[in-house]
Amino acid sequence: MHPKTREKLIATVVGWLAAGVIFFPIFWMILTSFKTEVEAIATPPKLFFTPTLENYVTVRERADYVHFALNSVLISVGATLLATLIAIPASYAMAFFPGKRTKDLLLWMLSTKMMPAVGVLIPIYLLFRDSGAIDTRWGLILVYTLMNLPIVVWMLYTFFKEVPKDILEAGRMDGAKPKQEVWMLLMPLSLPGIASTALLSIILCWNEAFWSLNLTTSQAAPLTTFIASFSAPEGLFWAKLSAASTIAIAPILVFGWMSQRQLVRGLTFGAVK
Amino acid sequence: MASTTTTATVSGATAAIGGRSQRTVKTLPLIAPSVIVLFLWMIVPLAMTLWFSFQYYNLLDPSVGGFAGLENYTYLLTDPSLWTAMLNTILLVFWVLVITVGLGTLLAVLFDQDFYGRGVARLLAIAPFFVMPTVSALVWKNMLMHPVNGLFAFFSRSLGLPVIDFFGSLPLTSIIIIVAWQWLPFALLILLTAIQSLDSEQKEAARMDGAGPFAMFFFIILPHLGRAISVVIMIETIFLLSVFAEIYVTTSGGPGLASTNLAFLIYLRALREYDVGGASAAGVIAVILANIVAVFLVRSIARNIAD
Repeated sequence: MHPKTREKLIATVVGWLAAGVIFFPIFWMILTSFKTEVEAIATPPKLFFTPTLENYVTVRERADYVHFALNSVLISVGATLLATLIAIPASYAMAFFPGKRTKDLLLWMLSTKMMPAVGVLIPIYLLFRDSGAIDTRWGLILVYTLMNLPIVVWMLYTFFKEVPKDILEAGRMDGAKPKQEVWMLLMPLSLPGIASTALLSIILCWNEAFWSLNLTTSQAAPLTTFIASFSAPEGLFWAKLSAASTIAIAPILVFGWMSQRQLVRGLTFGAVK
Repeated sequence: MASTTTTATVSGATAAIGGRSQRTVKTLPLIAPSVIVLFLWMIVPLAMTLWFSFQYYNLLDPSVGGFAGLENYTYLLTDPSLWTAMLNTILLVFWVLVITVGLGTLLAVLFDQDFYGRGVARLLAIAPFFVMPTVSALVWKNMLMHPVNGLFAFFSRSLGLPVIDFFGSLPLTSIIIIVAWQWLPFALLILLTAIQSLDSEQKEAARMDGAGPFAMFFFIILPHLGRAISVVIMIETIFLLSVFAEIYVTTSGGPGLASTNLAFLIYLRALREYDVGGASAAGVIAVILANIVAVFLVRSIARNIAD
């Protein structure tokens, strides 16, 4: 056998083995979601069984699951929209009309992301309690908007900088007002960038579990909080928990796979290119 | 490089000639909303935490109140539970970093090789990063590490080994394993991006000069990864300092304080024991810890923005 081919075969085996081991817990969870509750806790564990959709039906029929899923959708989409709306003007100004302080401002914004949430848990909790924002969707939307704003500003800034200035100049020469310039030229030109920024923001909101666990209980609780409520009963609902978890992670897994590249850019603030 | 400079000058010139009025777009009203909300979000609660940390303040007992001076701090610093939590925080951060950066580097080299189905294998390997923390913690707790019905217990029994009660006897280790599993894909993804930016001509040249795989790794790849590794370490440290959900759903910090980190201690003090003053003092310490790391990170980002 040619040494190049053998090398490739070895890499294939080792690569798939590593990927398999890392992915195994997720695979096992998905597998368990198609078992009955008895099969789920059977010893020895069952690898081959007659798959059932019973758990998914049960989960879907429980009205509260839909309620929590809806909260997750509304909160992550709401916070993402709000953050993008606040960030677009700022990123536009910083990308196209940079001043002496632009870089410092950008760095300051990123540095706010580095403050640990526990450091401000108590004041936020008390402010939320006293203003009635606890366990409300808008309360969590507000927190997530602020949490992701620096990343959204930063990512939009880097995408806007890639838009050729000449096109915007030409538009301006033809008499486009700043508003038209942003809406009719910049937005369509950087749509892929805006989309991947929004995607990352949705992923981060969807999986956030510090604020959701501390600021919501039932009314506004997203899926992270709902799943956490399964930690109490000992091993009785594994199959249902697996089904609920599988639905909870499926959309985000797909989003995440779609946006791998931008993810690196967004999460490292451009420190790794 | 030359062409970009020219276009920049040209477009600058057009702006100056053709559109003086447009050039004076007021940036302040555009930037102000972001700056103001972020300022409020960061400064106000931080100032409140600092203020509370010098107060007697208990949520259950309104009769307690007034200026406490440094008492919350002296109480906290002489309390062994703070040091336990600090040690746990440091152990958690350290071991997760060792595992994720070590394995992440090896995996990045592996996934840089050309092999069959690499794209799909890579998708599987980065999947854990997109699983919400409460789900991954419960999957590990119930299905893998459970002492009776867990898969690990089954394997131990089949091999005739003693069954490990993960969360009972190795609570912190168990949490380290779960958190490392979640963050390994992050390290892999970033280090892989960095490896792929390595000049292939440089690699080819080294190979021509007879560099074997080990020489290649230590003298070409690793030095190139230095910066990316330090970025991974800094970003992970900031997130790992406040690991919370994984502890919340698995051990609740126990048994005793065996798996309580600083973040969880603050939560226990504030929302379980209602001691706002004491919890705030611990919060201030957490902020200081994170800031030490953040200073280095900001410096490293700043250098790259300038490029």
